[in-house]
This record gives sequence, C-alpha cells and structure tokens, in this order.
Amino acid sequence: MSETLSGADMLVRALQDEGVEYLFGYPGGAALHIYDAIFRQQKVEHILVRHEQAATHMADGYARATGKPGVVLVTSGPGATNAVTGIATAYMDSTPLIVISGQVPTAQIGTDAFQETDMVGVSRPVVKHSFLVRDCAEIPRTIKTAFHIATTGRPGPVVIDVPKDTTDPAITAAYDYPESVSLRSYKPAKRGNGRQLRKAAKALIEAQRPIIYSGGGVVQGNAGPALTRLARRLGAPVTNTLMGLGAFPGDDAQFIGMLGMHGTYEANMAMHHADLIFAVGARFDDRVTNNPDKFCPEARIIHVDVDPASISKIINADIPIVGDARSVLEELDPLVEAELAKRSKQQEGGDAGKAWWRQIRGWRDAYGLDHAMKPREDGVILPQQVIQSLYRTTGGAAYVTSDVGQHQMFAAQHYKFPEGRRWINSGGLGTMGFGLPAAMGAQFAYPEATVACVTGEGSFMMNMQELSTCLQYGLPIKIICLNNQALGMVKQWQDMQYGGRHSQSTYSDSLPDFKTLAESFGHVGMRIDHAGDLDPAMDEAFSAKLKDKAVLVDVWVDPDEHVYPMAIKGGSMCDMVLNKVTTSQQGDYM
Amino acid sequence: MNRRVLAVLLENEPGALSRVVGLFAQRNYNIETLTVAPTEDATLSRVTLSTDGSDEKIEQITKHLNRLIEVVKVLDLHEAACVERELMFVKISAQGAERAEVKRTCDIFRGQIVDVTAAAYTVQLTGESGKLDAFLRALDRSAIIEVVRSGVSGISRGEKVLSV
Ligand SMILES: Cc1ncc(C[n+]2csc(CCOP(=O)(O)OP(=O)(O)O)c2C)c(N)n1
Ligand SMILES: [Mg+2]
Repeated sequence: MSETLSGADMLVRALQDEGVEYLFGYPGGAALHIYDAIFRQQKVEHILVRHEQAATHMADGYARATGKPGVVLVTSGPGATNAVTGIATAYMDSTPLIVISGQVPTAQIGTDAFQETDMVGVSRPVVKHSFLVRDCAEIPRTIKTAFHIATTGRPGPVVIDVPKDTTDPAITAAYDYPESVSLRSYKPAKRGNGRQLRKAAKALIEAQRPIIYSGGGVVQGNAGPALTRLARRLGAPVTNTLMGLGAFPGDDAQFIGMLGMHGTYEANMAMHHADLIFAVGARFDDRVTNNPDKFCPEARIIHVDVDPASISKIINADIPIVGDARSVLEELDPLVEAELAKRSKQQEGGDAGKAWWRQIRGWRDAYGLDHAMKPREDGVILPQQVIQSLYRTTGGAAYVTSDVGQHQMFAAQHYKFPEGRRWINSGGLGTMGFGLPAAMGAQFAYPEATVACVTGEGSFMMNMQELSTCLQYGLPIKIICLNNQALGMVKQWQDMQYGGRHSQSTYSDSLPDFKTLAESFGHVGMRIDHAGDLDPAMDEAFSAKLKDKAVLVDVWVDPDEHVYPMAIKGGSMCDMVLNKVTTSQQGDYM
Repeated sequence: MNRRVLAVLLENEPGALSRVVGLFAQRNYNIETLTVAPTEDATLSRVTLSTDGSDEKIEQITKHLNRLIEVVKVLDLHEAACVERELMFVKISAQGAERAEVKRTCDIFRGQIVDVTAAAYTVQLTGESGKLDAFLRALDRSAIIEVVRSGVSGISRGEKVLSV
C-alpha cells in the first residue's frame, strides 16, 4: 500500500529515502511548501546558510569530502541565480550535487512573474542534467533519477526546478520511491576494454621514461589505493593535478609533486621528457599542458577516463581507455604483474628506471620547490612558511579547503596530502569564495575531523557572511588567511606581464581588521605578522583548548612573494619561470 | 570544409532539443541545418543536423552529443552510404514571357508548381542540397521573392539503421 502525500512531502520523503543527511538552503516564496514539509520532519537536517552561493559550495565541500552527493534547496529567481556560481563550480570539477530550486507556479511560467527566472535555461550549460517538474506525481521518480545521474559515470550537478503548484499541500498523489532507475539513453561505461588494457600494460612496462599523471577522476572514483598499488609495482614517478592531490600519498618517495602552471620543476620536466604518459582521470587541462602543440613531444599517451568526451579532446591518446578509474586500475594491476614476471625471466629492464630516477632527482635538487625560499631576516612571514607550519601542526591529517589565488597554489605545493578527498579546492572554475563554505560542508560531514580553510583576504571577503552560519551550527573551522593585502595572483601577473602596473589589485588601506571581525561573529580571531609567532599561533589555533571554536588566523605575509615555478605562456611544459631571476628552457635536460 | 550530417535519436521530451542546440553554441560548433520531428515511436524524436569540421571535431561533437542525457544514439551518416534530401519552396515572380521560362527551369529540375497567381509561381523542389542550390542559381536572382528550405534529412542505405 503506498501512501498518499503532497508534492512537498514527497520531495522531502524522497530525500530521506536517499539517505540525505543535510540539506543546505535558504527559503523564499516559491519554496515555502517545501520548507513547511521540512519543518514537519526530523530526518533531513536543513542547514540555513547566509547566501545561496555558499549553500552550493557547502554541499559541494560535503560531496568532495565524502563522495556522497550534496543537496541544496533554494527559492526561485534570485535564490536560483545566486546558486549558479556554485553549480558551475561543481560542474567544472565533476562533483555530484542535487540542486532543488523553487519555481513560480506552472500557470505563471513565462509571464515574467515575480521572482521568475528560467532556471533550467540559466543553468543549462553548467549542469550534467536538469528537470522541470510538471506534476507532483513525478517527484519521486525525478528525484531518484537525479541522484542516479549526479552520482554515476562522470559525476556532476543536477538541477530540479519545482514549480510551486506541484508542491501544493492540497494536491496529493501516491508515493512510491523507486529502488532503482534505468535510462535507455544513459549507460556510463564501467570496465575498460580488455584489449586496450593489455596494450596499456605492455606499454607501461616497455617504457624507459614513464610518468603517471593522475587527476581528480582518481579522487572522485575512489581509485587512490588502486593507483598507489599499481604505481608502486611499476616504480614509476607519479605527478598529480591540482584536483588529484592526495590520490597518491604526497609524502611518498615516488611522488614528484603537482604538475602544470605552478607545478614543480621536476614534475613538469619529467612530463616533457617522458616517453610514456599514463593519464588517469585527468583531462589535459590548459593549465597543465601549456601549449598543446608543444606538449610532451616524445610521449606515447595512455588515457583512462570515464568520460569518452575527455579523451583526445586536447591531446590525442595513443591508447584510449574509457572506464571507471578504479575498475581500470584494478584490472590493469594483475596484467602488469604478469607482464613483469615474464620479463624478469628474460633479464630485461631495470636500469632504464634507475637512469630516469637519477634524472628526476637531479631536476629536484636543482630547482625543487624550496630552492628559492629563503626565510627573511626581518621576520616577515613567507606564505610558504604558513603552509609548512599548518602541515606540521596538523600532522598532515586535516581536511584542507582553499580559495583561489596565490595562497591556493602555496597550499597545493606545500601541504602533503596522504589520501584523496583531503584537499578540496575549486580547480576548474577557480571560484573565489569557495573555501569557507566548502570547509563547512566537510566539517558537517566529519564533525570530529580537523578542517582548515586556507584563504586569501580577497577570497575570504567573498563569502565571509558564512561565519554567522559557523556560529549557528558550532562548526570549529580553522581559517588560515594568508593576508598579502592584495589580489595577489592578479598582482603577480601584473608584475610579470604588465610591467608591474597594479591595476585594481590592491586595497590595503581599506581592509577590515579580521581579528575583531571574527570576534564580532562570535569566533576566535588572531593576527600575526612575525615569523617567530607563526608556529605558536598555529599550535594554539589547533589546540585542544580551541577544539570547539572556529578560529580565524589573519597572517600578514610578504606581499611581494610570487608563486613559482610559473609556466611561460605559449611554451611547452618545460618552459617555466623558476624564481625572480631564473627561467628554464628546453635545454635543461641534464 | 568537410560537411557532415549527423542523425540523433533524442528522447521526445520538453527541453531536450534546447540542450542539443545549446551544446553547439557553448562549444563553438556550427549548425548549418537542423530538422527535427517525432519518429514512429512517439517517445523518440529524430534530429538531423548538418555541420562542418575536421574528423577530430566531428568526433568531439559526437562524443559531446552522446554525453547529453536525453540523447539515445548518434550516427554520422557520412560514415557509410546514405541518402540525403532537402525540401525547398521558392516563390518566383513570373509574368508574361517569363512564365514559360520559369516553368521550363522547374521541369528540368523536376520541381512541382504548388501554387499559382497571376504574378508568381510557388515551386516545390526536393533533392540533395546541391541540386537545390543549382536550381536557385538557374533562376534570375531578381525574380526570387522568397525561399524556404527544410534543412537536410537523411537515412543510411542498405541494412544499416539508427534505432534503439
Ligand atoms: C569570483 C572570482 N573573481 C575573480 C577571480 C580572479 N582572481 C583569481 S586570483 C584573484 C586574487 C585572489 O586574491 P586573494 O584571495 O587575496 O588571494 P591571493 O592571490 O592574494 O593569495 C582573483 C581576483 C576569481 N578567480 N574568482
Ligand atoms: Mg590576497
């Protein structure tokens, strides 16, 4: 016997039946029937944010930390449009989100009614899929289908636009929540093609200068352990994209750092000189490849991705493998093992790997990350030191979110993530304002975990209203603000490409006092500007004494520091500016 | 340029077509012609669109079309032999001696006159796009009052079919 429920009650019941813990949202007219249904139940906890953009980032942070979909509820019109930045952020980084937006009643759609926006239209380019509910009876199946689409294949955000009349408490229909759905037009690939896998295994073993280049797909696909096993078997160097950090342990001897625009010298050099690139769950983003025409001239490419459209989009793959990263890596491992066993009987290989590693170590010794980092004698704090201090204090065990800018790159370079899902940042869209709400989402997911948000004063001010939400829900986030009194990354580009003309990238006279700002929101604020105070302040912020408190540490750092290496626009992966005086070029192959 | 014709089976749902069209705009692909109608199975629509681009670009377009949830199948009709047709109506000003001339041209191209007034003929013509172009070229430009073309529709030859 199925129950009879209103659309609003069905919607909330369906979320319960999906096992949704949290609904991040903000009310308004078109969503009020749904809000009333939320009031009359206890299973799904609604988190009241202060801005809809933050709701989407919070849900996104929750999703990235857990692998479970994040769920958002907003009203029509401005509520829906405010959510769009967060939806686009999730889309670019392939995170599973369900965004439910209220809509004006069906009869008013198209009339420019109060708070009407065509949400399906506005969000179309930045969703994996979207639905406009036409009848309350459709709601259970629509929600089931939305979760199915958001979480399978290459994950992504799904919008469900719900006209107010379909949630009317006076109109009811039978509630039956489907156990599963199957769509004839949507069948994501899971397993890789066997022949391609065998080809890949052979290529991996025959390579003299192999490199494993893994991305966010390995994190999303929970394939880190499988990648690590295979990488150890091969003994090959591993580099991760900005989105892939942690998928391979950051403190492992085989890890050569992040690659790309601000990747390590050794990772970019190794990519450029490799004879085989094994790309898994990475998409040859322009921030990685630099000029595709000059990309890794000697490399054959194996490309594993769950999304066929990512393969050969930028760089042609010699051995394309469409499939789920974990399934592919797990099937590849025994093939590689068997190949290796065969070879060692024939007394082959061995030394090639040694020469390649000698080369990579040479690169690292010459221009590794710390080569240009000299602590200043006047006690001015370097941004890199802040991240190193954070790493030391947290023992590498924190969930770290970041915003966008120099601080993000310093965090990515200097915090060594032990596993996937620990590093949460907006890599694809580069959304300033992501860090704080994302950290809150991670903290909701893991109330006992240490969660740090590495931010810049510019980015922080884009969503700092959420400090109020932190207080309401008692979230003990630690906010580490690398305050360089500037839109530092913009300023760096202006230094390097625009003759030092700092057009609209500084505002030092008008910054708030972040310490008292945090305090006025009911949190702990600290401000430090001397290197000698850094470790003690960091220890205090993460101390047991402040375990239950949100803390903002406003760290005044050297405003003139740049992020290096930095790729030279239009060049190959080995064309980098290495520090304020050195530039590397092709010839650096030692 | 390399002209290609893609046939797409699409769930016959509101908004599905806008995703297909939106994809072309978003990814900076060109749509030259587009036709769409339900198939014999009312839950499916069939879209035929012609576009141009290198083989790699067509492959990308195909992959991105396949990524749309409501797209059931995509076929590049030029992969194998196919039949392509387009329908065109042309309203042609024709008075006095010109009338016979227009009629003759129409016969040569196997067009049909579907409407007649004292001052004009309306001609219907079916064929490959190139033939329609040729017909228009054969007419006196200044006599052409209005042209409407359906865009290409096509089907594979032989046993090959596009169905679920
Ligand atoms: C919403 C948004 N607007 C603009 C930008 C462009 N942008 C990239 S980095 C940056 C500066 C960020 O400043 P801050 O947060 O202080 O970080 P810093 O680089 O100083 O560490 C800007 C403006 C962006 N990424 N996101
Ligand atoms: Mg700054």
